[in-house]
Amino acid sequence: MENAGRPPHILTARDAGLVGCTQCGKVHLPSAAVCGRCGAALHARDIANLQKVWAWLIAGIVVYIPANLYPMLATASLGHTTENTILGGVVELMHHGSYGVAAIVFVASIIIPVAKFIAIAFLGLTTTRRVRMSAHHRHLLFEVVEFIGRWSMIDVFVVAILSSLVRLDFAATITPGIAAISFALSVAFTMMAALSFDERLIWDALEDE
Amino acid sequence: MIACPACDALLVDRDVAMGDTASCPRCGTVIEAPRPLAMTRIIMLALAALILMIAAVFFPFLELGAAGMVRRSSLLDTVMAFATGLTAPLTIAMAALIVILPVTRFLALLYVLGPMAFGWRPARHAASAFRLAEALRPWAMAEVFIVGVAVALVKVAGLAHVSLGPAFWAFVALVIVTVLKDNFMSRVTVWKTLDARRTS
Repeated sequence: MENAGRPPHILTARDAGLVGCTQCGKVHLPSAAVCGRCGAALHARDIANLQKVWAWLIAGIVVYIPANLYPMLATASLGHTTENTILGGVVELMHHGSYGVAAIVFVASIIIPVAKFIAIAFLGLTTTRRVRMSAHHRHLLFEVVEFIGRWSMIDVFVVAILSSLVRLDFAATITPGIAAISFALSVAFTMMAALSFDERLIWDALEDE
Repeated sequence: MIACPACDALLVDRDVAMGDTASCPRCGTVIEAPRPLAMTRIIMLALAALILMIAAVFFPFLELGAAGMVRRSSLLDTVMAFATGLTAPLTIAMAALIVILPVTRFLALLYVLGPMAFGWRPARHAASAFRLAEALRPWAMAEVFIVGVAVALVKVAGLAHVSLGPAFWAFVALVIVTVLKDNFMSRVTVWKTLDARRTS
């Protein structure tokens, strides 16, 4: 007999008519606005919280489009300039035979951001709908999204390092492109989306059954 | 009573013994994990991280040599790479993510935990300082930067000869120290200690 999908019923702070602090865990009466222990703002679950997640997520997706269309960096070498988009940079790395690094850049700049968009949208939708994925797995998914988000910044850092380093005027010069900004913004916006998501919503559905 | 910060389950707020780990029975989130001398260790590691950061900022980070010319790049140069043209706002963001936010975090932690390690009353505004340190946690991206350096090295390896400067190793040490420090820290324990000391 396995009880993986259905944990034993546990009383939550909300059921008990209290508000728990998401910072330090102290429980308060619903009338309190600020936690008496750590000073963090207290909030019961509300729908505005989820709207914030959607707003940040949509902003992140919107700026992710120019990040892929415009050049990430421009390499001026012996008189002629080549401009590289994110995907172009990956392809070029593969031509040089650096498959490992090409994989890192591809995963960090394309797979992780897109997977994050999907994961946050999925988590946002499933707070109100019933799904087959258990709360435990969705909680794990959220923790992965929260942890991995910052690693997408790699490509922006690479561009910064390259352009500060490669300024050998006789051989080659690398300058950052406009896509670096929109990509950095996209990463920041999706991080904000993940941060404003209330984890407790994942578990609320269990009690509502 | 205490509510699990992740899933809102109500739990009995019992004292957790040194070395034990209390986690939420429903979602498995670690709630408290007090370790002996944790406060002192966090302070030592934060101090070490600050010193390493100073070394990392001012010493040369990477050296690039091609056709007899050598170009050294420090962390400051890297940050300033975006300073011209349309990408200027990124300069501020880069400086913040790699240097300013981590340093602010270390200082805030020292300010909060310093008096606690000596058994003194918490400093004024200790609560807001610790809230700030926790809020900055996802935005301090030193370790991401290190991987970025590795990728950049491979990219320019074909163009020129590249070698790592002393600041690179200072930065690697900084990342290790930061990860160690964050592992020692148990947020709920710090809040409880702050609360207990303030009222006593």
